[in-house]
Amino acid sequence: MRDLQQIWVYLNALPLFHLTLTLVAFQAATWVFEKSGRKPLLNPVLIAVAVIVAVLLGTGTEYATYFEGAQFVHFLLGPATVSLAIPLYRQWHRVRASALAIAVSLLSGSVVAALSAVGVAWVMGASPALIASIAPKSVTAPVAMAISEQLGGLPSLTAALVIATGIIGAILGPILLNLMGITDWKARGLALGTASHGIGTARALQVNEVAGAFSGLAMGLNALATAILLPVLWVLLFGG
Amino acid sequence: MIAYLTLILGCQLAGEVSVTLLGLPVPGPVLGMVLLFVILLIRGGIPEGLGQTADGLLRAMSLLFVPAGTGIMMHFTLLGQALLPLGAALIVSTLATIAVTAGMMRLLAKEAGDA
Repeated sequence: MRDLQQIWVYLNALPLFHLTLTLVAFQAATWVFEKSGRKPLLNPVLIAVAVIVAVLLGTGTEYATYFEGAQFVHFLLGPATVSLAIPLYRQWHRVRASALAIAVSLLSGSVVAALSAVGVAWVMGASPALIASIAPKSVTAPVAMAISEQLGGLPSLTAALVIATGIIGAILGPILLNLMGITDWKARGLALGTASHGIGTARALQVNEVAGAFSGLAMGLNALATAILLPVLWVLLFGG
Repeated sequence: MIAYLTLILGCQLAGEVSVTLLGLPVPGPVLGMVLLFVILLIRGGIPEGLGQTADGLLRAMSLLFVPAGTGIMMHFTLLGQALLPLGAALIVSTLATIAVTAGMMRLLAKEAGDA
């Protein structure tokens, strides 16, 4: 028993262990997702996170310890974001052909994303710090955290809300778009990227390259639009 | 492959440095994406190896959010206290954003002439 304990302490200190845990959990989650016939509710990111959180809580492991291993996966988010230039370039003729429609749709979506989050949280009695934390929830995490701080929110809570928004959009977005009868991949991609940033984009890319390109574009443009517009809206709403 | 990974990392680095120096309101990797896109426009095409490297990274993109997503465990107490307002705001707002963005795009974008 003491030997097992020692092996555990040794394993838990290795970055390799939590890196492997991340990959195994995601592989298992993807297997479940595919086996279910790609049911949106069985989103692989959601299942993988749930499994890993359960393991960490069950073994009393700190998030910081886990992240020492998982950071190698996390690091690749940057290069993956840069790589979105490739689908964007491949679909550039489509983007140019509907540039005005994209700009208007994106700005509308961006304003609705911030105002509806603030409005619902306010009506339901959330504190000012929580409202500021949720306002930029549709924007990619690094920008959202900076905006949240500027508005008086809690940046690390914003990061969690951003991820939750991404997963909610990836799960419910395709269902809503089907209900609305929207079959155009450009509109579907643009909506997913505007509402749920990189996680929506990752989902869109799995389904269709046009949707993926428009989603990546929307993610980048929404980060820019929200960073500029939200602080102005905030002053208009709450008087700074 | 290594050459193209270097190009991608180089664009990200240039993006990060520019954002820091100029105080721009976008993340470094997003500016890196713009930079790589401009390089492709100037070059007038995607080198085969670059396409393969980028497609490989993008296929794994969902996985890359798992470590950050696991960070939600640090906020369980706070999230538990405000579960209803935050949960309702997240769901309503995400659905409203998707509906408005896609609805507006359908209204404005013409299907005609699009292959």
